[in-house]
Amino acid sequence: MRILTEPRMVWLFGGVLVLLVLASAIGWVLDRRARGEKARAVIENLNARIRAWWVMCAVFAVATATGGLGSILLFGLMSFVAFREFVTMTPTRRGDHRALFWAFFFFIPLQYWLVAVDWYGMFSILIPIYAFLFLPTRTAMSGDTEKFLERTAKIQWGLMVSVYCVSHAPALLMLDIPGFEGQNALLLFYLVLVVQSSDVLQYVFGKTMGRRKIAPDVSPNKTWEGFLGGILSATLLGSALWWATPFTPLQAAGMALVITLLGFSGGLVMSAIKRDRGIKDFGTLIEGHGGILDRIDSICFAAPVFFHLTRFFFT
Amino acid sequence: MSLARLAGGLLIGTTRLLCGPQARWVGCEPSTRQRIYFANHCSHLDAVVLWSCLPPPVRRLTRPVAALDYWGGGGLKGFLAREVFRSILVDRSGADPRAVVDHLAESMGQADSIILFPEGTRGTGEELAPFKSGLYHLSRKRPDVDLVPVSMQNLNRILPKGEILPVPLFSSVSFGAPLRAEESESKTEFLQRAREALLRLVEP
Repeated sequence: MRILTEPRMVWLFGGVLVLLVLASAIGWVLDRRARGEKARAVIENLNARIRAWWVMCAVFAVATATGGLGSILLFGLMSFVAFREFVTMTPTRRGDHRALFWAFFFFIPLQYWLVAVDWYGMFSILIPIYAFLFLPTRTAMSGDTEKFLERTAKIQWGLMVSVYCVSHAPALLMLDIPGFEGQNALLLFYLVLVVQSSDVLQYVFGKTMGRRKIAPDVSPNKTWEGFLGGILSATLLGSALWWATPFTPLQAAGMALVITLLGFSGGLVMSAIKRDRGIKDFGTLIEGHGGILDRIDSICFAAPVFFHLTRFFFT
Repeated sequence: MSLARLAGGLLIGTTRLLCGPQARWVGCEPSTRQRIYFANHCSHLDAVVLWSCLPPPVRRLTRPVAALDYWGGGGLKGFLAREVFRSILVDRSGADPRAVVDHLAESMGQADSIILFPEGTRGTGEELAPFKSGLYHLSRKRPDVDLVPVSMQNLNRILPKGEILPVPLFSSVSFGAPLRAEESESKTEFLQRAREALLRLVEP
């Protein structure tokens, strides 16, 4: 609970609250002014997204308030659901059943347990080494060799992106940064805030000014205008929030730029996967956004790199 | 009664958590009117998942049809079948198919709907087996009742035949447009039509 009364945390949460109120007000005005079926649909989706943002921010606030354990649990649950969504749309076979059971009920809890007990060495190799070697063995034992390599590769990839990568966000809590002791929750907040606001800003710039498509075959919604506007403004925001981090303003700008670029990559890669599978969203859990994996695709890519840059340069 | 309701609620909660079923009413709306839901069968979870996708007032009036040899005993299985699901137990040893249909029609009465798996047994989930003729005879016997095709997706991956440990993927349950056996239709024609109606529901 103490972390919530930390002045910088109060400022961050206060800022988010103001943004949410502002967004809801704008959504309300747009809703009253929208004419035509297509515009109405866009605004309706926008308002659904804003409502979902309120819920997501509230959940995040509760997790932060309960200290490290709450955040670890929250990200663990998100990984669990994201992996569910990933495997649901991946064609696995009967022979993968036992391997998947191990992935869900052994490797996911264990990965987050390692974060909770601060065991960095094992945390960083559990999935790339032990899951990587064990799961295909279990699948091979089932005897079904049809598309074997494809199936094991997909399961491993899903585990890497939705569990291993995501777990690097709460892992920020275990870094020992000199002069920043006990304040790591701020760093986690910073990562989530910069990544998500970059997503939102890319969406806003794309919807209002977007013309030239970046990768029309992958995602028709990604435009150069949205990309540049979103990345630049989110980087600006990230550097303006330097006071909540162990970074100088210039370092914060560099970090924010890296985070936002990786967030963009995450969205692009996940779009390519969805396009390949012929689906629009990974799930339906979050109104207006799709599934959990649709919402955290940018965190998947940004979290591990942000974690390691911070670990390398600041601990 | 209260113990059965509690067990039913628990079972539905667990099922939702485990299978995340998404109900899609494609061809009809939920209704308390008498209906015969017929679905593909590839997991022990099928009946309870379908049941959990019905709104509570509809659910209370809907009884799954289950095999007497499997669910007829005592203990937990018997309790679930009799008290929680109010299953209609049928003898599938094949002695007298007419008697089975009569028993079903009688058990439905004038208010209850039923859930039927016309393949007769659980498959692998890859292919829909030919339908048993009971569906046709039942529709002939109760020409006033709609038959609703229900396609269950992914449950064979969550709990396949022969496994006891579930893998918690998401599933979906699609309800198609109602149909009835036509006056002029032969048994083969009708079963073919019903099977195709179910196959068409499978997501693209």
